[in-house]
Amino acid sequence: MLDLGLEVLFKGSNMLRLLQGLWVAVKISLISIAVSMPLGVVVGSLMTVKNKFIKLILRIYLETIRIMPQLVLLFIVYFGSTRALGWNLSGEVASIIVFVLWGAAEMGDLVRGALISIPKHQYESSKALGLSKVQTYIYIIIPQTVRRLVPLSINLITRMIKTTSLVLMIGVVEMLKVAQQIIEANRMVSPNASFGVFLVVFILYFLVCWPISMLARHLEKRWV
Amino acid sequence: MNWEFIEKYLPLYQKAAVLTVKIGLLGIVFAILVGLVCAVVLYYRVNIARQIVSFYIELSRNTPLLVQLFFIYYGLPKIGFAMSAEQCGVAGIAFLGGSYMAEALRSGLESVEPIQRESAKSLGMNSVQTMRYVILPQAVSTSIPAFVANIIFLLKETSVFSAISLMDLMFTAKDLIGLYYKTTESLFLLVVFYLIILLPVSLLGSYVERRVRYAGFGS
Amino acid sequence: MAEKILEIKNLTKKYGSQTILDGIDLSIDKGEVVVVVGPSGCGKSTLLRCINSLEDIDAGEIVHDGHKIGMVFQSYELFPHLSVLDNITLAPIKVQKRDKAEVKKQALELLKRVGLLDKADSYPRQLSGGQKQRVAIVRALCVEPEILLFDEVTAALDPEMVREVLDVMLDLAKQGRTMIIVTHEMQFAKAVADRVIFLDGGHIVEEGKPKEFFENPKTERAKKFLDVFSFDDYLKDGEGI
Repeated sequence: MLDLGLEVLFKGSNMLRLLQGLWVAVKISLISIAVSMPLGVVVGSLMTVKNKFIKLILRIYLETIRIMPQLVLLFIVYFGSTRALGWNLSGEVASIIVFVLWGAAEMGDLVRGALISIPKHQYESSKALGLSKVQTYIYIIIPQTVRRLVPLSINLITRMIKTTSLVLMIGVVEMLKVAQQIIEANRMVSPNASFGVFLVVFILYFLVCWPISMLARHLEKRWV
Repeated sequence: MNWEFIEKYLPLYQKAAVLTVKIGLLGIVFAILVGLVCAVVLYYRVNIARQIVSFYIELSRNTPLLVQLFFIYYGLPKIGFAMSAEQCGVAGIAFLGGSYMAEALRSGLESVEPIQRESAKSLGMNSVQTMRYVILPQAVSTSIPAFVANIIFLLKETSVFSAISLMDLMFTAKDLIGLYYKTTESLFLLVVFYLIILLPVSLLGSYVERRVRYAGFGS
Repeated sequence: MAEKILEIKNLTKKYGSQTILDGIDLSIDKGEVVVVVGPSGCGKSTLLRCINSLEDIDAGEIVHDGHKIGMVFQSYELFPHLSVLDNITLAPIKVQKRDKAEVKKQALELLKRVGLLDKADSYPRQLSGGQKQRVAIVRALCVEPEILLFDEVTAALDPEMVREVLDVMLDLAKQGRTMIIVTHEMQFAKAVADRVIFLDGGHIVEEGKPKEFFENPKTERAKKFLDVFSFDDYLKDGEGI
């Protein structure tokens, strides 16, 4: 029978270690999401104000973050800031900084998009009905914005979780790194471990991201 | 900033950039082909093939490229599918990008009114001719902004190639940082080269989007 | 006796439990212009779509002995990505594999005949509705069909553009083309038809010469249907006062 190298995962605490590695990745995404979502709402709302200067600054921030690959951003913060500012940043903190900056930019763009997608006559008809500005926002604009926003921000969460795989490259010990360690340690006894272990990593990422994507699609169908 | 250092290692970055772009573009071409096939299968609701395509799309979209590459590069050789690092890079981008291109093209196909198919049929066209001359050209032109966005996304994703020991831009930067501690210069060159690659495509993207949004055929 | 070009026997079409066409028998002679009228939802358009095999039929048969059928749609359905000339020549060149130069010549002649020669290089979106529909007719003609189907081709047009399209169709009728026309333009139907078919509830309720049908309808249902239109005329007259 074809040796798929799956047996290493049943040795000792290997599977548990892999899952702990996954938890590191998920933890980084969760923290980044928790911080970047509210920041994104602020950024996005500010992007719809009339002040040209604020708009310009935010536009530059958004475009700069967006055009660079996330790995380049990780390198800049991890290697660059250590050098420039003389501090010693752990890989985890560097990745949270990058994901927050990136997440706030992406979320900001989603919020902006959702806000400007509300047709003008929604404001006008609210006014015609005698609603105050605050009431218009509370009862008319925000509920509609949220419905457009929620599926998109859930998608952003899966993107973020997928992107956490990159933190391996700045020395964070997450699932892929643990996988490499397990494969390396069992090189002699299980030469085919790299098939089985990476397959399991692949499946684990899928099992985390897929349900979230399905939820986003479900909400999108129901709400949009 | 040490300009001598920059001048000295510029050619190294150039080489790395060429490699990144070469593998990236080749992967994108395959991604478009994969996407085309998948989109047509989904559009015609071909049985079984449709289920396989949907499964592939879910797999591809819900896993990171880095994990896909590790599996292709380190895993697959163990069951007899060995490829060079370059080939793995191309395969990885094609596997990841195929699903994104498929979705873009599928929504383009679905935006073409079904009665256009009937109109083509009334003129005597068979389904292949209808697809080729009537549906696909319209679908592609509505999908172009999504296509360009996907291309930018995929070019950015190429940054993980160094993980399968391709000597791309990231690899070069990391190498120089490790060897000479010239962090600022190495990162500066890294950013400049990525800008050279991505900025034109990104500008093209916003140009195309504006054009498609405000105009149509015959303007 | 004239040559029979199309024969429909016991045609039945259902959507789910709803019967749209219920045992239609109809035969059409070469060169005949048949106008199909009836209230909306009576199955007129479905009849055309069945004849052109855009719909599967549930029972009966449609015999056209290989005679080519062309169709013009209410919504024109020009191909937006192709110029007027390419719209017209696509099928003759790619499907019928005819000579490019010859097809182009024919297309330009037909365009000239409908007064659109100067629009050959325009794109559909640059044309008015009436112009689009005339191009659609030329496109259908260029594949040289022996039977032409017209499905409410003026229904989507602004009133001032209806005439230019109907004139083209009258011209075609004079040339001796075989045509089946579904329309709500009763005056036009009267002028162009050799035979009028009144369809209601999936049945042919009445058929006959246009003069007979419009002036002395035999059935109650036809009378009622035509009354609606005379009321329309009444309103139109009333506006002038």
